[in-house]
Amino acid sequence: MHISPVLWQFLVKWLNASALFPREASTIAPYADALYFFLLLITVIGLTLVGLLVFGFSIRYRKEKHPEAIQVEGSTLLEATWTIIPLALFLIVFVWGALLYFRIYNPPTNAMNIYVVGKQWMWKAEHPGGQHEINALHVPTGRPVQLTMISQDVFHSFSIPDFRVKREVIPGRYSTVWFQATTPGTYHIFCTQYCGTNHSAMIGEVTVLSPDDYDKWTQESTSGMSLAQNGERLFASMGCNACHSGSAAARGPNLAGVYGSKLQLASGSQVLVNDAYLRDSILNPSQHITAGYAPIMPTYQGQISEDGLIDLVEYIKAMQSNYRVQQTLTTSQSNETAPTTPGVVKP
Amino acid sequence: MSATSYTIVNLPDQRTATIPKRNYLNNEDGLLSWLFTGDHKRIAILYLISITFFFFIGGAFAGLIRLELLTPQPDLVASDTYNKFFSMHGIVMIFLFLVPSVPATLGNFLIPIMLGAKDLAFPKVNLLSWYLYWIGGLFTLAALVLGGVDTGWTFTTPLSTHYLNTHVVTAATGVFIIGFSSIFTGLNFIVTIHRMRAPGMTWFRMPLFCWSNYAASILMVLGTPVLAITLVLVALERLVGIGVFDPTKGGDPLLFQHLFWFYSHPAVYIMILPGMGVISEVISTFSRKRVFGYTAVAFSSVAIALFGFFVWAHHMFIMGVSNYSALVFSLLTMLVAVPSAIKIFNWAFTLQKGSITFETPMLYAFGFLGLFTIGGMTGVFLGALGMDIHLTETYFIVAHFHFVMVGGMLMAFLAGIHFWWPKMTGRMYPESLSKLAAVTTFIGFNLTFLPQFILGYLGMPRRYHAYPPEFQVLNVLSTAGATVLGVGYMLPLLYLGWSLKYGAIAGNNPWQATGLEWQIQSPPLTENFIETPVVDHEAYDYEWLAHKTAQEVTTVG
Ligand code: HEM
Ligand SMILES: [Cu+2]
Repeated sequence: MHISPVLWQFLVKWLNASALFPREASTIAPYADALYFFLLLITVIGLTLVGLLVFGFSIRYRKEKHPEAIQVEGSTLLEATWTIIPLALFLIVFVWGALLYFRIYNPPTNAMNIYVVGKQWMWKAEHPGGQHEINALHVPTGRPVQLTMISQDVFHSFSIPDFRVKREVIPGRYSTVWFQATTPGTYHIFCTQYCGTNHSAMIGEVTVLSPDDYDKWTQESTSGMSLAQNGERLFASMGCNACHSGSAAARGPNLAGVYGSKLQLASGSQVLVNDAYLRDSILNPSQHITAGYAPIMPTYQGQISEDGLIDLVEYIKAMQSNYRVQQTLTTSQSNETAPTTPGVVKP
Repeated sequence: MSATSYTIVNLPDQRTATIPKRNYLNNEDGLLSWLFTGDHKRIAILYLISITFFFFIGGAFAGLIRLELLTPQPDLVASDTYNKFFSMHGIVMIFLFLVPSVPATLGNFLIPIMLGAKDLAFPKVNLLSWYLYWIGGLFTLAALVLGGVDTGWTFTTPLSTHYLNTHVVTAATGVFIIGFSSIFTGLNFIVTIHRMRAPGMTWFRMPLFCWSNYAASILMVLGTPVLAITLVLVALERLVGIGVFDPTKGGDPLLFQHLFWFYSHPAVYIMILPGMGVISEVISTFSRKRVFGYTAVAFSSVAIALFGFFVWAHHMFIMGVSNYSALVFSLLTMLVAVPSAIKIFNWAFTLQKGSITFETPMLYAFGFLGLFTIGGMTGVFLGALGMDIHLTETYFIVAHFHFVMVGGMLMAFLAGIHFWWPKMTGRMYPESLSKLAAVTTFIGFNLTFLPQFILGYLGMPRRYHAYPPEFQVLNVLSTAGATVLGVGYMLPLLYLGWSLKYGAIAGNNPWQATGLEWQIQSPPLTENFIETPVVDHEAYDYEWLAHKTAQEVTTVG
């Protein structure tokens, strides 16, 4: 912390040694702990105050010493005091807590993205390079990491106490959390939302590596296929490319470059194309008709797993031109020039 | 005015004193006269027996939970069994104990008497609500006996609707029915307080116990239907798959959370407000003082009740509510904490310049003040957005709500039971044993739940059946504390039972308290008052009482 680094370090070291305090292993942890200590302080002061009043009055005004009570109505001044002081303190806590919340939940733009799928009862992490891990997560120090998470079944909640971060993992929608690890080591990942029988076994381990070790780990554990490449295969095998071929005659819009753009819908509204939108338009296509196209796309609900959806989304994200689509096509249309999707406005 | 008029324990002579010949307990005989009674006092006793029964069932499960958590390994029972234990513990404690505790027992017994009325507005509805309570309770027990339910008390979808093969619908039906019991109790209180006050009993002459139960009743009547609707939706989703909460059918899983917490947040005020009323009565009586800032305390109850409806989403800060709505809900949460803080200081300052004695109810009330302050302050931790991220869903939550609900509400309940025991039964409880119980409970409580705050900050998740070994020391401490606490809860059961037969005769007003209930015989007549009283003084007017006692002495002498 900025205020008194020496004292802070000392306090944290001492608490760590006594095992009454979690390790501080992310850039956010010291900020969370500072608020924690402030809250502890006002709690202790408040409790001491109440204790002093109760014990003080009990001794001073006990019946033996003070046989006859003196009636008092109340006191506007006193009441105002104990309304305004707690109110002021709570407002400070509110602002402090809000700042911390925005710090924890607003990822920096340069964060590297890792996908996490929660299911009964495991955490499955998928790195963009295609590395898969179960109940484990490898991350480098010194780089912001954003997790894009979704649940395949019930609510789960992804928590790394030593990083002071946690976020609910929700069926049917992506949620995100980010952190920047500071200290190499291994730390618990817990599922903190009750999710059925083996809830308490849904534990994982995040391994924080130095950037060099992390690069080594990525090299060694790659499966040779990135998420986008998996997605590409799926794109072909599910028949997506039959309509989204990118050619002028295609019955579906061209998907190249669509990620991150604003799309004009047939309903007249505009949407920002992000992960959640892409996922949703694969599962509920009839609800998002791109302007100029007929509502003919079938739903893929129940046919693609969350992992598969992630692969597809990664593939669509990575599609910056028609080049890849055309490569996967086996027909001769591939040399026609492809129009861009109508209504696409580059932001 | 002489100081002797303030003498507290003013027991009649043991050899000559007797229980009044005619009272509500012996007015009619036989089980049927109880099962068909319309007397609010008898219904209160029926409730007292019932909730005590469920409290010890819930307590047995607490014991099993703590026993399992003694070691990090999952060695006592299998995970499914453990999950059923904490689900039953939660469901029974919340819906069958905490919600009805003070209102249905003490409230039922006292509100009409405190207002100078002969009964509640709708005696038959009152009896009906006790039957509903039991029908609901039997469904819950059936869910247990048939093989249990493992949703937790929160019934979270889609876990409860699609992923569990247990008796979810049975348990939900139980809770649904109990909900109606609580709606009826609330309605009855509201109408009674509005319509049946004795002449002269203005709103601002009402004891604070009536105010706080009034506030809680508003919550019961407005909040409980939402719970009922939510449970119907859960049952429909489970049985016929309507899909309101199911994302694969276009439903929204967060909708369940919103609906559930829209009831369940106000529900914590349903649980705590009546307890606060008890504390006001007890502290005032044993310090012989008017409650400091009576009006502020009365209005802060109502403020808590109304604000209580606007903070539900603080249970969802990590669930992806938008950042801006999180801000609003956090701010409102901070605001609703203020009336509670006001009350704590009002109670403390009621002691000032008083003439204080330390009877058992007072010890429990002091325990309440300490534990509720900790419970309330740790609530501020959770209301602070960024802090909540780390703390929610861990043992910090478990500790926080036990401090408020068990440390606060249960302490208040025990304070109230001891305080009004002489009125309800005509007999005193044994003084030193009861003090021992109060102290044991306080120590046991802190030993059980203080370590859980630390466990929570370390990150131990709640509802865990097995845990990493580094959490063991604190868990062992907590289990040791729970054992002490268990003894603390058993003691009153034993000595209060004993006192029914052997306790000293209490007399009408053993505490020299001002409430109307203390001006009539103990135990009261079925009709409470032979003639309707006319009230000409404020709720905590000890001068009036001294004056009255002095007059009685002169008439006798
Ligand atoms: C000896 C006393 C008690 C002990 C040792 C105890 C222990 C516990 C523990 C360890 C849990 C957490 C279970 C878990 O998250 O795995 C729990 C949950 C709970 N307790 Fe208690 N408890 C006690 C008394 C009470 C009382 C008196 C009440 C209410 C009047 C109560 C209400 C609850 C509720 C509502 C839950 C939440 C259950 C859930 O997570 O679904 N407890 N208790
Ligand atoms: Cu989980």
